[in-house]
Amino acid sequence: MLRILGKVRHLGVISESLEPDDEAALTQIGAQLQARVGERFGGSLAIRQVDAGSCNGCELEIHALNNPYYGIERFGVHFVASPRHADMLLVTGPVSRHMEAALRRTYEATPSPKLVIAVGECGACGGEFGISYASCGAVANVIPVDAVIPGCPPTPLALLHGILQAIGRRATR
Amino acid sequence: MSASDWREQLASSVQSTSAESMPGLAPAQLLHVSAADWGKLARVAKELGCRWVAGWGEDRAEEILVNACLEKKGAYMIARARLDHTAVTLPSHTPYYAAASRSERHTRDLVGVHFSEHPDARRWTRHQAWAEHAYPLRKEFAAAGAPPLQTPPDDSYPFLQAHGSGVYEIPVGPVHAGIIEPGHFRFQAVGELVLNLEEHLGYVHKGIEKIAEGRDAAALARLAGRISGDCTVAHTWAACMAMERASSLDVPERAHYVRAIMCERERVANHLGDIGAVLNDVAFTFGFYQFARLREDWTRLSHALLGHRFMMDRIIPGGVAVDLDPAGIDAMREQIRALRPEVEQLIAIAEDNASIEDRLETTGYLDPVLAAELGTLGYVGRASGIDFDVRRDVPYPPYDRLEVAVPVYHYGDVAARVKVRGAETLFAFELIERLLLALPDGSIANPWQPPASELEGIGLVEGWRGEILTYVRFDSAGKITRFYPRDPSWLNWPALEKLMRDNIVPDFPVCNKSVNGSYSGHDL
Ligand code: SF4
Repeated sequence: MLRILGKVRHLGVISESLEPDDEAALTQIGAQLQARVGERFGGSLAIRQVDAGSCNGCELEIHALNNPYYGIERFGVHFVASPRHADMLLVTGPVSRHMEAALRRTYEATPSPKLVIAVGECGACGGEFGISYASCGAVANVIPVDAVIPGCPPTPLALLHGILQAIGRRATR
Repeated sequence: MSASDWREQLASSVQSTSAESMPGLAPAQLLHVSAADWGKLARVAKELGCRWVAGWGEDRAEEILVNACLEKKGAYMIARARLDHTAVTLPSHTPYYAAASRSERHTRDLVGVHFSEHPDARRWTRHQAWAEHAYPLRKEFAAAGAPPLQTPPDDSYPFLQAHGSGVYEIPVGPVHAGIIEPGHFRFQAVGELVLNLEEHLGYVHKGIEKIAEGRDAAALARLAGRISGDCTVAHTWAACMAMERASSLDVPERAHYVRAIMCERERVANHLGDIGAVLNDVAFTFGFYQFARLREDWTRLSHALLGHRFMMDRIIPGGVAVDLDPAGIDAMREQIRALRPEVEQLIAIAEDNASIEDRLETTGYLDPVLAAELGTLGYVGRASGIDFDVRRDVPYPPYDRLEVAVPVYHYGDVAARVKVRGAETLFAFELIERLLLALPDGSIANPWQPPASELEGIGLVEGWRGEILTYVRFDSAGKITRFYPRDPSWLNWPALEKLMRDNIVPDFPVCNKSVNGSYSGHDL
């Protein structure tokens, strides 16, 4: 136990100790994100992530949002277990035909108003997999999409940025 | 007895044309086996103590080929049966090798080969996106297919049923509660105790084998890098190795080293992240955040020095696309010097913690005998006594110049799997240091040349999950006509079903994480 406390004390808070340019970007994006989440989602934005066929690369970066560097929860953004609790769906992958029905059902189970973000090259346009007997390609081919975050995979900062833009756009609609 | 004696014994026990050595298929030998003796082959191989490695089918215009790869003591053999399009039936290997079961069902669904005496007649990879008697990997099947306007859900899969008083079922997925890949798990339980777990996978089937057809080498390497994003380096390496062997293309020495450095970096990143995730699943969030932090540090340096956080598309046919300069070499060394004591300290903290010990020890026990029977690979195998690592046992450059230490335990529980991964992380640090020290000068890639004729090749790489076997064949125009990447997850998913038995339902997340099969790598 002492070792744990020692480690914690020794390390301190690292959530801001990013590389200089990253740090500025993250602080800025984070502040904006927090403000918008505060305004439009009562201080808390609930995201349901759906892997609709990804290679799992995008998932790794979405995971990274929860590591202590990005710590997305401090901006009021958190990932929830059920689409019924979600304000936003973060969908990765080309939509495999085998996930098509599950994705539609998840979309239907999400209460309106809802936001859908297609993540990654695959989510945006089908990526390396395109459209085939097994793949529907872009997420927008299956459910309505509000925004895309390109990248293969998008970096955690690109994800933060994309989420921010999407909730900004919502307000102007 | 030499390692390859079993291959002669096996060849002489069945009707076959004598084993040939094809340069592209090295280190495997090719053995043509008559269809009638296909089942006998498996029986004899089993008696000889061979491991069943992989199976795949291939539609050639004039015939259908079915392959099964076997291994013993680092010697590989690819057995091949040729079938006429009018009689596409072969005896199954599954009665002798459980490892063959899902692979044969996949071949049945995609190539249309019927395996007689296969104990499980149910489809596997096919859900509802294509018709029962349409086979996507037949040449007449267009990659676009003829999918329905909306693909219906696959709610008619006949799961095993359990009956009895107090027995109930828990269906989970395909969309899970966390940020993880989709698959379906069906538990039969009494109270909290799991009687049986059955997996239903295939949800992220993206037609990778089919859309590989017609690609050139560079495009195949890109696709291989997206089979399973968390092992993009290892899969790209295996695919490039297979293509380079097929076309007898040499890779510069320096490129071998850079490939291995990246592959070891990928191993470290995943081990760090997963050890943290296992700790998180037993509510030790301190460990989770600490390991997540180290993983992020590690990933950032990959980005800074190699241009991509996961090093995607850095391996190309003929070499690598990125070089290391002296400053980068120093930065890598420096990071290892800083990280090693941290990892050692965190592992010690976790190992000394009684409540973690209580949750991880004896949990998710995979018996060594069962592990061998299932052909379990990587850290899942090595935690259950399977002393195998391609880097040491069938070394490919640059590992043929290095001594590779392979940690093996026999406890077979979650704790042992974590232990193996901790030891492998620390050893990977050492390997990277040695590779950096010996990094040869010279170019980092040779120009790609497609093979002159329809040649085939295999790649064998020890990715962080275990042995990856990749098969490629080129057509006469130098384009890919068959691509089969066998991710280790094929062999490790069935182990998860078995090791969940007699555990409690709430321990499923930690058991699953301790195996961490790739859904995408399996579903293809
Ligand atoms: S965008 Fe790239 S990382 Fe994301 S799922 Fe597609 S191939 Fe994988």
